[in-house]
Amino acid sequence: MPTTLPSHFPTVDQVGVVERAARFTTRSIKKVAKMQGLRMVLNMIDLTTLEGMDTAGKVKHLCYKARHLHDQVEGLPSVAAVCVYPNFVGLAKKEVSGSEIKVASVATAFPSGNSSLELKLDDVRMAVDQGADEIDMVISRGRFHAGDTQYVFDEIAAVKEACKTARLKVILETGELGTLDNVRKASDIAIAAGADFIKTSTGKIKPAATMPVTLVMLEAIRDHFFATGQMVGMKPAGGISKSKLALHYLIMVKETLGPAWLDNHWFRFGASSLANDVLMQIVKQKTGAYQSADYFSLD
Amino acid sequence: MAKKSKNETNSVRVPVNKTYKLYIGGAFPRTESGRFYSPEVDGVSLGSICLSSRKDLRNAIVAARSAQAGWASRTAYNRSQILYRIAEMLEGRSEQFVAELKSQGLNVARAKKEVASSIDRLIYYAGWCDKYQQIFSSVNPVASSHFNFSVLEPMGVVFVVASEDSPLLGLISAIAPIIASGNSVVALASESKPLSAITLAEVLHTSDLPGGVVNLLTGNAGELVEHAAKHLDLNAIAFDRDNAEQLELIARESAANVKRVRKLCLDWTDVESANPYLIHDYCEVKTTWHPIEKISASGSGY
Repeated sequence: MPTTLPSHFPTVDQVGVVERAARFTTRSIKKVAKMQGLRMVLNMIDLTTLEGMDTAGKVKHLCYKARHLHDQVEGLPSVAAVCVYPNFVGLAKKEVSGSEIKVASVATAFPSGNSSLELKLDDVRMAVDQGADEIDMVISRGRFHAGDTQYVFDEIAAVKEACKTARLKVILETGELGTLDNVRKASDIAIAAGADFIKTSTGKIKPAATMPVTLVMLEAIRDHFFATGQMVGMKPAGGISKSKLALHYLIMVKETLGPAWLDNHWFRFGASSLANDVLMQIVKQKTGAYQSADYFSLD
Repeated sequence: MAKKSKNETNSVRVPVNKTYKLYIGGAFPRTESGRFYSPEVDGVSLGSICLSSRKDLRNAIVAARSAQAGWASRTAYNRSQILYRIAEMLEGRSEQFVAELKSQGLNVARAKKEVASSIDRLIYYAGWCDKYQQIFSSVNPVASSHFNFSVLEPMGVVFVVASEDSPLLGLISAIAPIIASGNSVVALASESKPLSAITLAEVLHTSDLPGGVVNLLTGNAGELVEHAAKHLDLNAIAFDRDNAEQLELIARESAANVKRVRKLCLDWTDVESANPYLIHDYCEVKTTWHPIEKISASGSGY
């Protein structure tokens, strides 16, 4: 991996990106392809609970839901991971043991990222020591806006080192970056510093993930792949709650990066209510009757 | 010379006709299917009317579901005010409704009666909003130490297949008692006389009624009733057509989620057709057992 800060960041044609993103929403996905897509979406979800009011009971509930999405339908894939705060990693790890579900933990003073590097690294080590398979860190947006890109880069590199074998997702919090140029710049910094995934948002700031922002990040991943041959994962998070929108994202991934990224090793949705909407669509396709939230477990 | 050119300008004035669209979630979209039909009266087309698809129905139900809880949480007094407000708005546009009913084949006398009765009916149910609860709720005698009481709660989302022949009064008579208790509605307008329903939507839209509480579709009942009956997120269906086959289909398919099905077979021009039992029809009874001190010792209870 190159471990130096890039000296040049490409600029983004905003109008072009918005139009290109809008065009992905015009594809018609029906029947067999739709069912395949929906199952793929389920398998890419990071089922998430990141509330101040989270309790052990809530985390157990989430892990149970991750393992038993909707037992009435046989052969459903499980979600990719559960995403929790660091103090619940041990519990979540125990609850999903024996399954393929990963445990992801936010760290580094999530969601603001305003703390010292030492504390952030301790945060990461604590989660990793308890068995987190993946770490979702936030970048220092204040430093980024102040022009201190070197600090942002070094911080990500230091966190990556603290992750040991855990995969690192770097949250850019694009809702606070202001422009697509900044999104591209932050993506390039994160990728250069060793991110295994780049992720749009914490889910705490509006706007969260949007298709244009995700497209810019996917293009950064694509350019990195062309330059180095190394793949980087992508995780849009927040605001994706409908299966139709999730399918649009998959189309965007396929047409920007190619089918190799259509796998939960390289692409994830950070969401909580998306799973139920996808399940309702799958049952609708099977039974022909539109479904009601009354017949599905709570998010 | 100048005078002549002014006359010429007047002579080429083309009236701007209204596009009749659907009313879903407080907005006026066209049908997602892009399909239209042209009902005719005496060989004259009423215009291009949206032929709603099952996806329009689905979208309307989603809108109705998300609006329902907020509507039910309004105070009964506030719901009453809003129903009254709808009547006020309707009164102000009564001439437009009369003209529209005439274009749909009603004679002048009947059109005027239809509009006047519609306004009166709204006022009638506006009055009931904060009163039906007292009539139908009860405190129940029980043999244990409980304060036991039953109150009505709105069912949720109700699908209405509105009257074919009474395009305004029939529609209002069906939906007013449903929304009075805090339900939300998806209504399919008269297929042959759909104009009044969409103009009513404009009235609803300016009456402080939250978007999504009433959603209006136009189109063919035969295409939609089966999907509605199978839809698990509908709580009840009110059917005001003379079609035994469709009614049987609705009753059969509604069994999957135990939807309540009501056949409306009332003469809406009769004032006796309006009554609070129509509010009761779209409510569920919630009974509460509230533990209290042992009542037998004192020999009295609630």
